Amino acid sequence: MNRTHAVFASLLLLVCSLAARAELVIEITQGVDNPTPIAVVPFTWSGAGTAPEDLAGVIDGDLARSGQFDPVGRADMLGRPSKPDEVFYRDWRAIGSDYLLIGRARALPEVVGHIQVEYELFDVNRQMMVYSGMVKGPASEARMIAHRVADAVYEKLTGIPGAFATRMLYVSVTRVPGGKDYFRLTLADSDGARPIVLLESREPVLAPTWSPDGKHIAYVSFETTRPAIYRQELATGKREQLTNFRGLNGAPAWSPDGNTMAMVLSKDGSPDIYLMDLATRRLTRVTTHYAIDTEPTWMPDGRSLLFTSDRGGKPQIYRYDMRSRDVQRLTFEGSYNARARVAQNGRDVVLVHQKDSDFNIAVLDLETGRMLPLTTTELDESPSIAPNGSMVLYATKHAGRGILAAVAVNGSVKFRLPAREGDVREPAWSPYMP
Amino acid sequence: MKLVPTVGKVTALIFSAFLLAACSGSDTQEQDEAAARAAEEAAARAAAATAQQAEMQRLQEAAAAVGNLFYFEFDSSALTQDSINKLDAHIALLQQTERSIRLEGHADERGTRDYNMALGERRANSVRDYMVANGIANYRIETVSYGEERPLAYGSGEANWSQNRRVELK
Repeated sequence: MNRTHAVFASLLLLVCSLAARAELVIEITQGVDNPTPIAVVPFTWSGAGTAPEDLAGVIDGDLARSGQFDPVGRADMLGRPSKPDEVFYRDWRAIGSDYLLIGRARALPEVVGHIQVEYELFDVNRQMMVYSGMVKGPASEARMIAHRVADAVYEKLTGIPGAFATRMLYVSVTRVPGGKDYFRLTLADSDGARPIVLLESREPVLAPTWSPDGKHIAYVSFETTRPAIYRQELATGKREQLTNFRGLNGAPAWSPDGNTMAMVLSKDGSPDIYLMDLATRRLTRVTTHYAIDTEPTWMPDGRSLLFTSDRGGKPQIYRYDMRSRDVQRLTFEGSYNARARVAQNGRDVVLVHQKDSDFNIAVLDLETGRMLPLTTTELDESPSIAPNGSMVLYATKHAGRGILAAVAVNGSVKFRLPAREGDVREPAWSPYMP
Repeated sequence: MKLVPTVGKVTALIFSAFLLAACSGSDTQEQDEAAARAAEEAAARAAAATAQQAEMQRLQEAAAAVGNLFYFEFDSSALTQDSINKLDAHIALLQQTERSIRLEGHADERGTRDYNMALGERRANSVRDYMVANGIANYRIETVSYGEERPLAYGSGEANWSQNRRVELK
């Protein structure tokens, strides 16, 4: 092996080990009081070699993580049906399972490297099939296929579309005391699996965010020793620098139609919200106050922006109406409310709320004006809401390390996603993927 | 403070004294006196330059002694008296040079990242404004905020947080 090859090989190894270290594990800390028991029988595989993935295991994990289901252990199953005519309801009633999911995966003969998964969901007590479905896709995306099955099952049983077949961005940091930390922008499945490091830098990387179609991301990187906003296409890795202004270049947020990006710039003095037309790169200034205006986020209808401002003395959430240009204060409870994110229903706003000395995640109901605290730890931040509006991913500290955690919007379910190593922060939940 | 002429100016003065002496021609006594005067002046200049050098060294030592970190209270960008005293030492030194500086603003981990980014900038600006008000040209100062992204102390609690709410002069 010549020198060039040796260097190349060690670089590859580095990338692989980085990916492994950035991986998250899941610890469910709180579920609903009476989670629904469901049995997910291991799916059969017909095709060359072994199945590309333990599909039932992925589905099992998704349902358990929702906190609303209590999957039956495989050792407790009295049978392993894979077709409807192999189902004996008494076997499942005997172990107290309310629902049963069976399925089959096979290699598609007509498309090389693709698989097809068929599945059926049964109501054990009513002794009937309640849903059946089929998903196709590349074998390399077998986990995503399993997440899609979980999404369908979740929707059938709860009435809410699932958000398992989604992804997330986060920043992981390896500390170098007395030196420069390593910052890694990472893309992973919504369950933390399959992490990919998109960018590694010795300078800060922050504020990752998604385009509404899930095809692009944007973030802030200090790689030039100054902050700048970058846009990157996920499929090709192609990226471009969108801003290079004096002062702050931060908090990018795509408009719901994907054409405009809200951002924070301080080139004209104090930090203000600006809109960039992504086709022409033309900037429009939205706020002109001498206070700090930051953390813009769009209402789902695109007609107004929420942002954080300390124009009243302390940081609070305000709403800017795009048409009338009116600014209205939305939060009054507590001395610190910041970094709002809005659910697709346009009603639930998750934010960082200071109570006593702790910073917690809270949800503000825009219709009633009521604020409900969701977390009770000390340093919670960066809430990001699932595209189905059910769960909030956020960053917190646990045992002195930065970790990700999730909480249901109604407070009923909590789980943690600590990394095997380093600090993890700034989760950004993707929209529904195409 | 009175400015001491530079080495170039001293050389020019000595040279012109020499020229004057050379032009005055026949009278050797006058020549000797002029030369003596020139030497005296040169010695005085050299002494002043040495004094200037000593003063620079004193200013450098004073600035180094106070350090390059200026601390802030939570969610505040107001300069503390301690910071003002430290800054005065740096300003005294900067007034004697043309060096460009970079002011890096930082925040502790409490509160949101983007708000802290703005707070770090406000702190850096607060130091810059004080420097500009005390005669340091704006164009010599670059400010950048790192928010809470580059802590000096990694732990939680006020003992760590107070070290991280800072502006670094570089």
